[in-house]
Amino acid sequence: MPEPQRTCPAGAVVATLEKPPAHLGDGASTARKPRGLWSDAWHDLRRNPVFVVSALVILFLLAIAAWPSLIASRNPLSCDLALAQEGARPGHPFGFNGQGCDVYTRTVHGARTSVVVGVLATLGVAVTGSVLGALAGFFGGAWDAVLSRIGDVFFGIPVVLGGLVLLSVVSGSTVWPVIGFMVLLGWPQISRIARGSVITVKQNDYVQAARALGASPARILLRHILPNAVAPVIVVATIALGTFIALEATLSYLGVGLKPPTVSWGIDISDASPYIRNSPHMLLWPAGALAVTVLAFIMLGDAVRDALDPKLR
Amino acid sequence: MLLEVRDLSVEFRTRDGIARAVNGVGFGVDAGETLAVLGESGSGKSVTAQAVMGILDTPPARISAGEVLFRGRDLLTLPEERRRGIRGAEMAMIFQDALSSLNPVLSVGAQLGEMFTVHRGMSRKRARAKAIELMDRVGIPAAEDRAGDYPHQFSGGMRQRVMIAMALALEPALIIADEPTTALDVTVQAQIMDLLAELRRELDTALILITHDLGVVADAADRIAVMYAGRIVETAPVRALYKAPAHPYTRGLLDSVPRLDRKGRELYAIKGLPPNPLRVPSGCAFHPRCPVARDICRTDEPPLFDAGEGRHSACHFWRETLDG
Repeated sequence: MPEPQRTCPAGAVVATLEKPPAHLGDGASTARKPRGLWSDAWHDLRRNPVFVVSALVILFLLAIAAWPSLIASRNPLSCDLALAQEGARPGHPFGFNGQGCDVYTRTVHGARTSVVVGVLATLGVAVTGSVLGALAGFFGGAWDAVLSRIGDVFFGIPVVLGGLVLLSVVSGSTVWPVIGFMVLLGWPQISRIARGSVITVKQNDYVQAARALGASPARILLRHILPNAVAPVIVVATIALGTFIALEATLSYLGVGLKPPTVSWGIDISDASPYIRNSPHMLLWPAGALAVTVLAFIMLGDAVRDALDPKLR
Repeated sequence: MLLEVRDLSVEFRTRDGIARAVNGVGFGVDAGETLAVLGESGSGKSVTAQAVMGILDTPPARISAGEVLFRGRDLLTLPEERRRGIRGAEMAMIFQDALSSLNPVLSVGAQLGEMFTVHRGMSRKRARAKAIELMDRVGIPAAEDRAGDYPHQFSGGMRQRVMIAMALALEPALIIADEPTTALDVTVQAQIMDLLAELRRELDTALILITHDLGVVADAADRIAVMYAGRIVETAPVRALYKAPAHPYTRGLLDSVPRLDRKGRELYAIKGLPPNPLRVPSGCAFHPRCPVARDICRTDEPPLFDAGEGRHSACHFWRETLDG
């Protein structure tokens, strides 16, 4: 093999340097601690007041969902009809509802239902939607066509109408039919986002590079594509959590969601609505708790989106 | 011969018809040799490289003909699983833009280590040690501290060093470098080319260097294959090609390089544009832009004529061109 030429036969201009010290002019910032996408996002989030406020609200909500008796030691199901529709009084800061139950106790205990339904429905939707969307985006072709069309079918069902039809046929008062219904109608939203995200990430050079260095399809999907494609799914799922809580209240209000004796904000709102003129407190407290909870999750989703979107940096 | 490509054709199905990106390309690379594939954007040089590596997206691409013989095996007929084992271990690839070729959410040490865990079944700990050793070898300072850093924390030159380390990790017999220095500034370019040359000599690795930069080629290659419109129009040893090209297209390329002894004069440019791959001109694809084209060029596609001294030219008038 001939030695590589150092002269340029046709007079081409080539800069050939004596081997320069490698650490000169080619170093990077070493002062900053190494951070990846996630720790960078966490670093941003901690300084964002929107995130701090919504996270505190959500932590409080999770705490009372787990241990409602911490701040409301009464039984939400023990009611005294003699006290029906009474206003606030010492020991009963929110007053009483139409059945004479303590509104404060019921509002606190209702958080658990909302959190359980919201979290489980979101998990179900996120897992189902991501898996199906990622498969559709990664493999493309017939897979993609079939999965996307099935998704479109469920996407096209109006939520309230679908709930009235599907949930009116199930009996029992557990949360499972409601969660199942939400997953059934909710997965296409996440699957579309996951699909789009996987298709975008799939075209990146590092996926091509991983293939060129001998990575298998499973490794490419799990190690190189999914970690880079998951951010938008997390954002949408966080926002969706708020809307699932609102949807549970809507369905319960319409009488097809949860049923008494389950304690739920939607049931309380439904029970209180006929008396809104005379006893607005019966409606305001559960409705207010619902509004704050939904808002907190939507704000959290917004903050997470801002932190995960590298284009905003 | 380490790698022999015979009559390779790749087409892309598009809405407007079939684009023949690579059309009957053939070349060979010996062990330890450097072949430069030269051509402008759209000449088919990257598609050829991807077809050889087996990372073309099919569809839309389709390899319609040809053989890619690597150590005597035809890669195109090998099952995908076997090819995957060859990629990275026996032949590897370096890409143009190292930032986008490295996974942004994995640390550099983890990505380098993956070569050893996937192909050699090493433990994570041993793979990490090997990764640091490699980073050290390609001249990344403080390799041990920097192995946990992410790609965006490295400079362009350092990232390309990481890519080179990944490609060389398993000491493959062949490396394909697709415009490895195009995204870098000139001084860093020279450092990277020197590094590549040094490691290649140590490991006796063959290199296919894909580039449009005549300067890079002059310095690094043993032989050159010039591509135009999906065909190889000239192959020759570097010295011979620079001294006297045997194809008008190569001559045009060489004449359009700025030269110190022609300072102040207008720079030559090949007139016209490269052909649309959907409508490649009849006969010799270069004839509409060629200063020596005659009637035969419009009708007859020139074969690759043997012009002696290891050179081949796909020009009906290679003799005249060679004599200037």
